[in-house]
Amino acid sequence: MNTQNIVYTDLCIIGAGPVGLFAVFEAGLLKMRCHLVDALPQIGGQLSEIYPHKPIYDIPGFPEIKAQELVDNLMEQIKPFEPGFTLGERVEQLHKDEEGNFTIVTSDQTEIHCKAVVIAGGLGCFEPRKPDVENLELFEGKGVSYMVKDPEVYRDKKIVLAGGGDSALDWTIFLANIAKEVTLVHRGDTFRGAPDSAEKVFLLAEMGKINLILSSHLTKINGNGHLKEVNLINKAKEESTLETDYLIPLFGLSPKLGPIADWGLTIDKSAIVVNTENYSTNVPGIYAIGDINTYPGKLKLILSGFHEAALMCQGAFKHVYPEQKLSFKYTTVYGVNSF
Amino acid sequence: MIKLTVVDRDNTEKEIEIPEDINLNLMEVLKAYEYDILATCGGIALCATCHVEVLEGLNQLKEAEDAELDMLDYLPDGGNNSRLACQLRVNKQLEGIKIKIRGDLV
Repeated sequence: MNTQNIVYTDLCIIGAGPVGLFAVFEAGLLKMRCHLVDALPQIGGQLSEIYPHKPIYDIPGFPEIKAQELVDNLMEQIKPFEPGFTLGERVEQLHKDEEGNFTIVTSDQTEIHCKAVVIAGGLGCFEPRKPDVENLELFEGKGVSYMVKDPEVYRDKKIVLAGGGDSALDWTIFLANIAKEVTLVHRGDTFRGAPDSAEKVFLLAEMGKINLILSSHLTKINGNGHLKEVNLINKAKEESTLETDYLIPLFGLSPKLGPIADWGLTIDKSAIVVNTENYSTNVPGIYAIGDINTYPGKLKLILSGFHEAALMCQGAFKHVYPEQKLSFKYTTVYGVNSF
Repeated sequence: MIKLTVVDRDNTEKEIEIPEDINLNLMEVLKAYEYDILATCGGIALCATCHVEVLEGLNQLKEAEDAELDMLDYLPDGGNNSRLACQLRVNKQLEGIKIKIRGDLV
């Protein structure tokens, strides 16, 4: 184990979006240190990843502010509290010891030891969207893969790609030169989102370099320890079978709770149920704030997340320092005292 | 008032009426009517949990923009009459249409 990848802190905040960042400020006022983890390689969550240049109009005190500007401002605001960051790593495991302390382990084996966990994961993490195909999960890693990591794996092999988005088209074009046989299966009969790539795919099909099967979808896959064949059905309900070494379903990514869903938290419609007194979950020491939580009257707004962060820190303080008395202080009176 | 027909996942059919001047998209209206829709991304064509199949009136809808088309092409159960309810503004285009709710619940 690389000792540099072990972190000790008071609060481990999962998600470095605006709400996670502001939680550092509120925690800092109460002298709690924070470490943030995010699966994305940069801070800011969906503000930086999806709409950095979009203006936001409902941040109190800012008639208009660009999403990235808000992130930059939050970073400046929390600077005195010296938060730590682990970016580009997905949180995978959570362990709780006998004393009630937590250890979070990421996809790169970084260990974060903390006294409380704050889930500020927003939309969740993005996972491959899986089609409804019988036996699909049975052959994951045994011929079924949801992304192309090393194209050489497919050299001189028979492969079936499924999907109609740009990644299905682009990988079909790319792998046509590598694999022995490439078949693209698409439910529709057009590719509306990526006309240029679609044109190339139709051309490759005309030239006989790939098989293009439209208006069809996969129903079942079979094999014996490793994938051997895929079953298809077309719009006329005619069934067929294709022999293949690999199947690559490429249906994009969709936001999911991911491993957090297995931590014993009460979940309602893919959101974490919290007590609005302190945004605690049903597991003592784990809190959830921002878009990832749910409660009666929940509004998925950044400003609601800020409010939740403030109340959460009051609750987390009592959990982290049960012996200490919490006294509420205004920044206008006491200022912001850095660590 | 705009009238449209909603077919739920269990094929229950219901006509709903929406005031024309309401500044919402169809996803928000469906949620207000307590249809089971996650709307994880809040309406930015990112999660497709508001996927609907347009059974009647597809051609009267404003054409989908790139972000929506990209997402629709990706959906394993998407078809030529698929749309994302979050990208459909409530206005006259919805008059008389019939949609079926298709979005994932997990």
